[in-house]
Amino acid sequence: MSVPAPPPPPPDGPRPPVPKPVPKPTPDTLPFWEGAAAGELRVQRCTACARHYFYPRPACPRCGSQDVEWVATGGRATLYSYVISHRPAPGFEHEGPYAIAVVELEEGVRMMTNIVNVEATPENLVLDMPLRVVFEERGGVRLPLFEPAYEPAAEAAEG
Amino acid sequence: MSVRIVIAGAAETDELGKLPHMSATQLHLQAARNALADAGLGKDDIDGVATVGTPGPIQIAHALGITPAWLDGTGVGGSSFLFHVRHAVAAIRAGLCHTVLITHGESGRSRVGAPRFAPAPDSLPGQFEAPYGVLGPATTFTLTALRYMKETGLTHEQLAEVAVAQRRWSHLNPRAMMREPITVEDVLASRMVAYPFHLLECCLVTDGGGALVVTSEERARALGTPRPPVYVLGSGESAESPIISQMEDFTTSAAFRRAGEAAFAEAKISHADVDHLMIYDAFAHVPIYGLEDLGFVGRGEAGAFIAEGHTSPGGRLPMNTNGGGLSYTHTGMYGMFAIQESVRQLRGEAAAQVPGVEVSVVLGNGGMFASAATLVLADREG
Repeated sequence: MSVPAPPPPPPDGPRPPVPKPVPKPTPDTLPFWEGAAAGELRVQRCTACARHYFYPRPACPRCGSQDVEWVATGGRATLYSYVISHRPAPGFEHEGPYAIAVVELEEGVRMMTNIVNVEATPENLVLDMPLRVVFEERGGVRLPLFEPAYEPAAEAAEG
Repeated sequence: MSVRIVIAGAAETDELGKLPHMSATQLHLQAARNALADAGLGKDDIDGVATVGTPGPIQIAHALGITPAWLDGTGVGGSSFLFHVRHAVAAIRAGLCHTVLITHGESGRSRVGAPRFAPAPDSLPGQFEAPYGVLGPATTFTLTALRYMKETGLTHEQLAEVAVAQRRWSHLNPRAMMREPITVEDVLASRMVAYPFHLLECCLVTDGGGALVVTSEERARALGTPRPPVYVLGSGESAESPIISQMEDFTTSAAFRRAGEAAFAEAKISHADVDHLMIYDAFAHVPIYGLEDLGFVGRGEAGAFIAEGHTSPGGRLPMNTNGGGLSYTHTGMYGMFAIQESVRQLRGEAAAQVPGVEVSVVLGNGGMFASAATLVLADREG
């Protein structure tokens, strides 16, 4: 193990903005991040019990089978639960309050994400509302986020 | 008949709160010395050491000059000390050691000699939580509440009542950090931290520590420990998901349920036997889950139960009588302080003493509903 280099001395003038955290793939999670890079939201599926699961693991957490595969999901989800953070994490300082959510994919698995392209208010974010995946480029990886998936009729009805 | 196990010594650090002049290690060691004094024992009476976090059981034993025959470094979050008690009971019964010292010290507020919080970017939370701007427990532990509210009808006012009820207790406790009585309106008017959680629905962040001495009833007698023994009648432990997003059902904690059932079964008690209850309260919704998952009330009933005053002073199920993590202290791993308050209530020496406490139940949480342990403690053998 190499010794990490000491941090560079602070530059004069205003500090550069802190970047948002960037996930670092590991061998077991790489297919997920490769899928995201290709614009696909991929999760694992057990071929023995025919159920999807997430987060990445080498065997099915339910039946224990190692006969599992990576599959693309449809990227459609509903809003399972969320908070609206008023205390920004490093990198999120300039966004105003933002929604940290857990969404449930049509395939039955849940994952944490942000709800974007809508102002984060309790009125806008109604549990079980339909969502669809979008990807954000960040530090060399693409991150799955979700936005409201309004039906055209519903959108018109809301005026 | 198994060997009866008792808590023979229990103490906290001299002070709790903002202690920038003390490192995490100093907090451990002061708590340890206070607990040994409380038990009337010296370091050479101890042959087992259990602790979690910085700096760990090896350094604690070494710093105190203890020669350990048994070590436990189980580190599963704020519930760890309940796990340590449970493991110590088993170890003493198995003859692995005789007398165990369990310590906690955390510079949670001042961060003196404390590790950093941010997860590594290639860890599970580093890949699947941190990128979404979570900032510690306030934005993760809280994630379950809106789902619970939707499915049970819990109101924002009822959530606020948890903080109000516990402030009624801390008002009676001179060592509590927050003592001024508050109303539901005060809670709902406090700064929004992570909707639906306002500041007063979030735990304090403090420095402090505590320690316990656990041994057999027989050995406590032989050593002449001066304080009323507190009997460990039963315990249970379990775990669920390492990250909150994978918790099976956001309206109930499977780990709470399993740990509670095991402890009640071992202790052979029913809910009607319980005089006093401590439920880990990092955020206002956690005692609501705890009351339901331990089976004290039915699903969806805990909010009303608390709002009606049943857990407040004079209520039929006094809960979090030190003021809890919301109003007493919360160093980060609060479980030690929940046990300490149960011991004080069973000894009859709590600041806000409930009359006639014979059986007390402690539920500890670790991580964000990740681990749980339950202890059934009593002022007499089972």
